[in-house]
Amino acid sequence: MPFHRLPALLLAASFCCVCQAQQDTQKEVERYRQLLAEGNPADLFEAKGEELWKTPRGPSKTSLERCDLGLGAGVVKGAFARLPRYFADTDRVQDLESRIVTCMVTLQGFKAEDVTRNPFSAPGRPSDLEALASYVAGESKGMKLAAPLDHPKELEAFRIGEQLFYRRAGPHDFACVSCHGENGKRIRLQELPKLTDPNDARRIFTTWPAYRVSQGTVRTMQHRLYDCYWQMRHPQMDYTSEASIALQVFMAKFAKGGEIHAPGLKR
Amino acid sequence: MADPMRIRASMLGDKVEVRVLMAHEMETGQRKDASGALVPAHFIQSVTVTHAGKTVLSAQWGTSISKNPFMHFRFKGGKPGEKVTITWVDNKGERRTDEAVIAGGS
Repeated sequence: MPFHRLPALLLAASFCCVCQAQQDTQKEVERYRQLLAEGNPADLFEAKGEELWKTPRGPSKTSLERCDLGLGAGVVKGAFARLPRYFADTDRVQDLESRIVTCMVTLQGFKAEDVTRNPFSAPGRPSDLEALASYVAGESKGMKLAAPLDHPKELEAFRIGEQLFYRRAGPHDFACVSCHGENGKRIRLQELPKLTDPNDARRIFTTWPAYRVSQGTVRTMQHRLYDCYWQMRHPQMDYTSEASIALQVFMAKFAKGGEIHAPGLKR
Repeated sequence: MADPMRIRASMLGDKVEVRVLMAHEMETGQRKDASGALVPAHFIQSVTVTHAGKTVLSAQWGTSISKNPFMHFRFKGGKPGEKVTITWVDNKGERRTDEAVIAGGS
């Protein structure tokens, strides 16, 4: 072999090593996730949420078993697969968490400010809402997501969500679309779904709430949005705000038909 | 009272395969809270698994075990319908015991 061809060959060989290594890494990461999923600690949150759901609590000493999540009072099974949706009694579009808050206020007599003061847990301060959301979402496991998009308020929410998704703002001039508008992007090992691509949306939107290994707790879609807004250096996303629900209505349209795997497991 | 464990036990060939999820903070004693004060250590120290009056697994744990630990093991001699009992004791003396019935399986 002539000497001058050797470096080129070596170069080609090393490129091949890199792509092989990347594939292996991806495969190993998948395997790691599968191993973790067998012992998903979100199970513990589901169990705790179920207990909270069925225990008489609050000033009215009632359980949440009569809560109407959209399929009628007391129906939990499959309710998450039809959220977010319009609710006539509150005359607004609601997501999982805002609806649970509504039930805690109307049925159990809690004050809304008290319930939503610390919706996200911190070390030593667990959150009932994270457990309740895990339980309700888990009761729709395996079902196909089909959030309705017919009512004028649902359509309005979709349009608001669409505007929010694409509108760049803030000191970094960021919008949701900056990270979630292209296929095959990632931050370190974390893949970024293109949320307007049904393939990605179906796979990702349906895995929230999820146990975050790095945070040692279940995080909800409300927390995901709150954190994205913080990362974009936008003004804080208020818990169960109209904007937070509008974005979910927007995402749910693309995720329609995706099988629900909530509560999921993430890094 | 600590939160319950989630135990799944099923037959895998002639062995019993057990998967346990425990709800525990597993504080190492190294971490500081928002005000800079050390968070006291709080972790599971011993785990015992018994089946038909016999100890089939006994473990001593420390602070390197993760929060909400997951344990997966197999043992011989169990049959479907029998019970597996698991107990943990932490460094504060708190304990939790749960049991599960061995399910059939492959």
